Amino acid sequence: MKELIALYTSWFKMGLFTFGGGYAMLPMIQRDVVEKQKWATEDEIMDYYAIGQCTPGIIAVNAATFVGYKVKGIIGGIVATLGVISPSLIIISIIAACLSNFQDIVIVQQALSGIRISVCILMAVSIYKLGKKSVTNLFGITLCVIAFVMSYFTSVSTVLLVVAAGICGVIKGRMKHE
Amino acid sequence: MSEILLMMFEFFKTGLFAVGGGLATIPFLQEMGQNYGWFDVNTLSTMIAISESTPGPMGINMATYVGYSLLGVLGSLLSTLSIVAPSIIVICIIANYFEKFKNVKIVKEIFNGLKPAVIAFIIAACLDLFLKTLFNLEMPFGLLTTFDFKCIMTMIILLIISRKYNKIHPIFFIVIAAAIGVVFRF
Repeated sequence: MKELIALYTSWFKMGLFTFGGGYAMLPMIQRDVVEKQKWATEDEIMDYYAIGQCTPGIIAVNAATFVGYKVKGIIGGIVATLGVISPSLIIISIIAACLSNFQDIVIVQQALSGIRISVCILMAVSIYKLGKKSVTNLFGITLCVIAFVMSYFTSVSTVLLVVAAGICGVIKGRMKHE
Repeated sequence: MSEILLMMFEFFKTGLFAVGGGLATIPFLQEMGQNYGWFDVNTLSTMIAISESTPGPMGINMATYVGYSLLGVLGSLLSTLSIVAPSIIVICIIANYFEKFKNVKIVKEIFNGLKPAVIAFIIAACLDLFLKTLFNLEMPFGLLTTFDFKCIMTMIILLIISRKYNKIHPIFFIVIAAAIGVVFRF
């Protein structure tokens, strides 16, 4: 029980103090999980991240589940995950409640119009950074263009396209080896 | 009731197929907004801004916000639990033979295909948001009607800021943009 409480509070803290999630969380995890609680080694954390990136779901949640599972099995995994999502639940619910009350005020609308422009730029920068890492060769460029056309101009569901892209990766890998 | 179940199903699907973190959930959210009319492009943009400027993983923040705007506190709880459920299930299964999973060839191959495609999905999902925010598409095309000069000026200023201060935190960026919006009466 003590361990479960420690898992929850520790991951709650990590959810509360990291902005943006994913890699932004890594320094906190290193300090809390590796050094303080000794739930996992640094190498293990890096492995969790690598796996978290190629399994579905949000990376921070995957890391929490991994560590929790290692400490206390399935219950541990669930408790750690609940810990990491609790701050978001509380904070966002409060903001959403405020926003729906204030949305009709002129000054709030003006601020939101400004914010929308900044979101475009933030997104463009993130996409560019992510793209530089993931689209590295001709295969990647081709797949990216095809995926864009399919996604933007047709109404095929994203789920199907994700599965198709995975299959393309396997086919390409097999072609190279034979 | 059926709408709650539908929402939970949609977020479960997002959690299961959004590979690679927060940004990857955007295509799914965009699709959700389009198919069910739960929110429009403007709301999606607000959601992204809020997620970027509050602590916590972005995907979770997005789920919480959508859930809350649909059904209040209960909705935010259900949508968030739905989006993390696939992670918990998948990771608990993988954690057992985790060493083996890491080196399986097919996993790497699948991921090689997913990485470039996910970028494309995110671009496609954001394109409408970009176009709608930065241009006046409702009016007939024309130099003065289509291009909103206030908007373009703001964009240029923000771009300069983002280039100059590379490590600027998204919050400050968003606050500056909000201030510009208020000062120049957008």
